[in-house]
Order: sequence, then structure tokens, then C-alpha cells
Amino acid sequence: MQELTFETMFAVFQEMFGAGLFWAMVIAALVVTMAYLYVLIRDRAVSWRKFLWAQLSMPVGAVVAVIFVQRITHSQFRDLGGPIDWLVLLGVAALGAVGAAILVYTVESLIWRRSHDEVS
Amino acid sequence: MSHDRTDDRTGALGRRDVLGLFGGATALTLLAPGEAPAQPIRSSARIVILGAGAAGTALANRLSERLDGAQITIVDPRVRHYYQPGFTLIGAGLKPANYSVSATSDWLPRGIAWIEEGAAEIDATAKTVTTTGGQSLDYDYLVVATGLKLDFDAIEGFSMDLVGTNGIGAVYAGPEQAAASWAEMDRFTSEGGQALFYRPATGMKCAGAPLKYTLLTDDTARRKGTRDNVRITYAAHSGSLFGVPIVNEKVRMVFERQEIDVVHNHVLRAIDPGAKTATFDTPEGQETYDFDFTNVIPPMRAPDVVRFNSDLSWQDGPLAADGWAEVDKHTLRHGRYPEVFAVGDIAGVPKGKTAASVKWQVPVVEDQIVSLIAGTEPTERYDGYTSCPLITRVGRAMLIEFDYNNNLVPSFPGVIAPLEELWISWLMKEVALKATYNAMLRGKA
Repeated sequence: MQELTFETMFAVFQEMFGAGLFWAMVIAALVVTMAYLYVLIRDRAVSWRKFLWAQLSMPVGAVVAVIFVQRITHSQFRDLGGPIDWLVLLGVAALGAVGAAILVYTVESLIWRRSHDEVS
Repeated sequence: MSHDRTDDRTGALGRRDVLGLFGGATALTLLAPGEAPAQPIRSSARIVILGAGAAGTALANRLSERLDGAQITIVDPRVRHYYQPGFTLIGAGLKPANYSVSATSDWLPRGIAWIEEGAAEIDATAKTVTTTGGQSLDYDYLVVATGLKLDFDAIEGFSMDLVGTNGIGAVYAGPEQAAASWAEMDRFTSEGGQALFYRPATGMKCAGAPLKYTLLTDDTARRKGTRDNVRITYAAHSGSLFGVPIVNEKVRMVFERQEIDVVHNHVLRAIDPGAKTATFDTPEGQETYDFDFTNVIPPMRAPDVVRFNSDLSWQDGPLAADGWAEVDKHTLRHGRYPEVFAVGDIAGVPKGKTAASVKWQVPVVEDQIVSLIAGTEPTERYDGYTSCPLITRVGRAMLIEFDYNNNLVPSFPGVIAPLEELWISWLMKEVALKATYNAMLRGKA
């Protein structure tokens, strides 16, 4: 490979998931991020109670992300062959964990009333 | 079409320029420095490109970006474009046949002429190409990108309708044949028996593919739990399994580990579909082997138009017999006709019959032609870069990259080890390669 540019990476991800799923995921990620920023600005503080639940969801997000990637690429854990493979796997898991945490926190914040959180 | 475009560019910003500005601005913010598109060079040169495969299409896109007003004509009767690196995945049952198929017209740039005919004759002295439909095309620059000919007729007893029957596969022949090969491989790995693999003694595209398919058959049998009922023999055409010594040694170790029997100096001569036997030429005479499954790979040669109906082939040396185009291995410029270039499989150079090689060759030919038109000195050189993600089983591959000198030239040194069987190399082959290939076709990579 001569160069690895953003344009190439963009094309690669579109190819990887198919155009429909790729754009659905991009939009979902944008919506969740916007909603997350919205609740942070609205509440003007991080609710640690909600954050606890968000943290508990992280392992689930990590596992789901890894299984998702393995399913699309006909791969299994036994295919990991060297340190770089473990780094890629951990990267996928980390992305899944962070994504799940943000998602859970945002959903909690949108559903639970802010007052409810203050009372508890 | 080309006139419209020229007029656009002489006046104020045309629609394409405005679109280009937005595209360019986005790209500039994201790309490394030095990626800024060069100003197109005005030219009225007539450029004929023979072949709309990976090399011809990528070059047509790049030249039409670099040149303003040039008459670019691409000659190819094929309306279907094949993503050939996908054939192995189709042949292993991982992708459907249409995974490798798109329309030729989807990839060609606007403003060029596409003649849907083959090239019948090339007169390099008169600088004229005659098409199969009898059209005569004069050129100032000719790019031969015809690809190669899979010479199935050279295998006695073989015909294309046998593929998918009698344990006969032919992954190279096309996407449908690759899918038919998978049906036979799937049946064979369930039933058991003798699998027989080999490669031709000629130059060939992706010399790793016969090895991959051997290993994928082994993997399929292991996954089904039938490996004990399957015997796999690989008949190498020479004394080694792969042309690059350090890679050959690694493949030898992998084959030994996977219990694949190897015989050397065997070149396929004939198959008997009824008796399910294959006959090889060997230094000791002809030898016949039984098979229950085989992947027929024929000799590969220059297409007839170059080999018999032109004066472009090598006159002597190891590349002369099969008619490969006589070009300098670093500039890809013809040795006797300086306005002629060859790119892709047809180029008579010692290595580089892969899509990855095309990605490195195309900018060299682009640089040569643009420099000739602009009167500047070309700077790009092709050093034989060839890449082969050598799949060792579903889920693992070795990202092998090498040059003319048999040196390994890894793209990610210290990160992705070339001779290690890795998941990341498999991910690249399975998901990243087609996207990169498509970007290359559009002249973007």
C-alpha cells in the first residue's frame, strides 16, 4: 500500500459494512453523540449515578463490538496470530465499550428526569 | 464530450471545476501535504489505451485528470469489470459470484471515448490500431493494458463446461467458474479423496493464488472434521513453491505443518475428466495422478493481438516465448517504440502481475506520458512492487510484499510482519482490499 489517507479509510469502511449499514451507523453515532452533548449541556454536570450504569454497560459493549467484527469478517478468536492482532481486537473492544457507555448514559439522561437524579 | 470539457476550462469555472474545488478542499484538509492536485496540462495528444481492466481504467482516470484536451480512447469489448482478487474468496464460498462483478462503464471517466471492441492488430510503425470491428485508430501514445490470455486450450481434455463437474474447478476462469469451483470443493471436502493442485510454468497473475486455494481446501476440510479423509498434493512447476526464496521457505514450512504433499518440476499437460486423472510433464517423462478435486490453472500468455498481430513482444530472452510486451522494467516504456507503454499483466517485466502492482505501475506510465507531453523529465520508477495477501486459512493471512530483487518491502514495517500468519492481514484481504482497488480504479489511490 502506497499511502493510507482518510479518503481511502472512508472508502474502506463503506466497503466493509456496505453503504446502507455504514451510513446508518454513521448517523446513529452522530445522533447519540449529539444527544450526549445535549444532556451534558442541559444538566451542566455529569451524574455519577448514571455514570455507574454506563460503566457497567462497557463490558457488554466491548463483547458486542468484537462479535460484530468477527461475524462480518468470518473470523474467530483462534485467528489472532500476533501482538498486532491483539491490539486490533482491544481497539475494537475499547470502541465498543466507550460507545456503549455513551449510549447508556445518554439514554438514561433522556429518560430519567433531571429532578429524579437530584432527589436520589 | 472532450470538446465540451475543454471549453469549460478555458472560460470561468465550469461545473466540474466547482465540484472539484469542493472535493479538493475536503481532500486537502484530510490528506498529507503534497497531495494538492496539479494544474491540468493542455494537450491535443491522441492517447489510445487497449484494455479497460484494472490498469487501463485507472490510467484513463488519472490521465483525464492530468491532461486537458487530450483525446483519450479506451478499447475493450468487455462490459463486465472483474475484481479478480475476489475470485479466491468466491472459490472458498465466502463471497457470492457477483462480489467480483461490476460494469466497465461505472469506472470510466467522462470525456473519453470507449470503443466496445477488441484490438485486432497494432501497427507500431504506422502508429495505428485496428479494432475487431475494422475501425482504424491513429495514436500519438499507445498504452497496452490488454491483460493476459488464460490459455485453457493448451490443457488437453479440458473444456470450460467441465468446471463444476467431475471434481473440476477453475478459480481463475471467472466469477461464475469460481463459484462452481466452490460447489465442487464443498462437495469434495465432505466426501473426501485426493485433491490435486499446481500452477503453470509460464508467467502468471498472482502466483500466490494456487497456494492460497490449496490451503483453503485444507482449512475447509479441517473445519468439517474430514481432513483425515482428504489427501492434498501440490505439484510445483519448478524446484520451489514460490519465486521469492524467503517466502518459498515459509510456504514450505506451512505446507509441511498442514500435511500437504509436495512434488516438484511438474507441469500440467492434460486432464481426463472421465477417469479423473491429470497428466504432468516432468523431467522423468509424463506422470499421471488421480484426483477427486482439482483447480485447473492454464498457461498464461500475452493475448493474440500482442503476441501474433503486433511487433511489440520481446524478440528474445525469457519473456519472448509467451509474447509479453517488451518494456523497460522501471519505466514500462517500450524498448523499440518509444511512444508505446505497457501496464498491468501484459507488461514484459519479471514480476508484478497483481492488482497491487498495477497500483504502483499506473502512476509511472502516467508520469511518463504527461512528462513527454509537457517536455519535462519523468521521475517515477517501478521497482517491481508486488503484493500478495497469502491466505493460510479463513481468518489468517501473510501480507507478502516484494520487489524485483526478491526483497521484502513491507508497507507497515515493525507493525505487520510479512511472514507471520495474522488476523489483521486477513482483515485487509477480506474487507480493505476491494475498497482500495475501487479507489485505484477511480485514480484516487
